[in-house]
Parts: sequence; C-alpha cells; structure tokens
Amino acid sequence: MSIEVRIPTILRTYTGGEKAVSGEGGSLSALIDDLEAKHPGLKDRLVEEKNGADDLRRFVNIYINDEDVRFMGGLEAPLSDGDQVVVLPAVAGGAR
Amino acid sequence: MLTIDQATYDAIIAHAKRDHPDECCGIVAGAEGSDRPERHVEMVNAAGSPTFYEFDSTELLELYKQMWDRDEEPVVIYHSHTATEAYPSRTDIALASEPGAHYVLVSTREHGNNEGPVEFRSYRIVDGEVTEEEVTVVPTLA
Repeated sequence: MSIEVRIPTILRTYTGGEKAVSGEGGSLSALIDDLEAKHPGLKDRLVEEKNGADDLRRFVNIYINDEDVRFMGGLEAPLSDGDQVVVLPAVAGGAR
Repeated sequence: MLTIDQATYDAIIAHAKRDHPDECCGIVAGAEGSDRPERHVEMVNAAGSPTFYEFDSTELLELYKQMWDRDEEPVVIYHSHTATEAYPSRTDIALASEPGAHYVLVSTREHGNNEGPVEFRSYRIVDGEVTEEEVTVVPTLA
C-alpha cells in the first residue's frame, strides 16, 4: 500500500528536500500520522487543533486525485492504494 | 533585484486597475531556477474583496500542475492593495509560502480604475522577514 504525496517547496525542509514522499493510510488523517512518523514536524504544518479536535489548517490545501479534500470529508477523506495526494499552501494575503 | 519586461509590468498594472476596488492577484511563471518572469497568469481573487485575496483552490492546483509539467515555478507572485501602500501586510507576511518568489505589490489607492501612475514594489518574504528589492523594467528580457 503506497500513496504518493507531493510536498510544496516550503515544507521540503521536513522531507530532506524531497519533492514527493510516499506514505500509507486508509484516510487522510491516517496518512498524515504515517508521514509524521517518517518526517517529524510535518503534521503540525498541515493540521491544527480546533475545538479540541484536529482539523486542516485554513491556509493549506490538500488534494486527493485532484479534488480538494474539503469537499471529501477533510481529514476523514478515504484513501486507497495508488492515490495521488498533493499539498499546496494557499496563495493568499491582502491589506486586511 | 527583480528584472521584469515592460509588457508584463504593464499587464500587472492593467489587471490591478481593472479589478479595483477589489484586490487582484496572479503570478508570473518562469523556468525553474532561471529567475526569469516569463508567463503571466492572471488569477481570480476567490475572496472577491477589497482587503483580501486568495487563489481559488481548484485553480491553484491547475496552475501548479501546469507549472510542474513545464518545469516552471512562480517567479513573481503579485497582488494589489487598493486603499493602502504597496507594502506587505501582516497577513501577507504570515501567509507567504514561496521563499524563492518575488512578491510584487501594486497599490491602486491613488488613481483606482483610472489612468495615472501606481506604486509597483517587490519584496522577498522569507521566514517572516521582508526585504524590499529594486525593480528594473526592461524592454524585453535578455
């Protein structure tokens, strides 16, 4: 079981410079825990605690097979072998 | 220093004037490691706001996939401020996530949608540190 995860430039400090890493898990949350075990520190950049539960950080986008996981159940989004996961920080800002 | 060609410079300013009073946003992609801003891509401001911008998440993925296919990276990431100076806000600094990019800010506060000069400034934003850099506009990239 292996899922390829594309890592953005800003998070490659956690993956020894690798652009893509592989992990496993039946859900996004399980995959992130697996990645955290191999690349400590990564989870905190993807997930934050909201009201006592883990949630995706507002300004990080994660896609499974090109679909934004926010439309697929967020951290509970199901994963299977061969899925392609992409992590991209939001491009956002403004005067506010 | 940011070196940018006149046509791309003008197109970014035109985009900012057109979208005023909302903030506009976009990128100029270039070959990885080249530091050459060559391909201007206007993005939709999904926030549609005078004080905030955000690339639509689906369009963001499309854009990055296109760049990966072409071995490109975002050389310039730009947006406009419509009532304040062309200097990165706290939000801009907190959310800057491309340490290799030139962050360009354009301010339309003086002339809005109308003709007239606009501030066009460029910065590096790395680990929360902002460094302004010189902008050189050339007829075409060497």
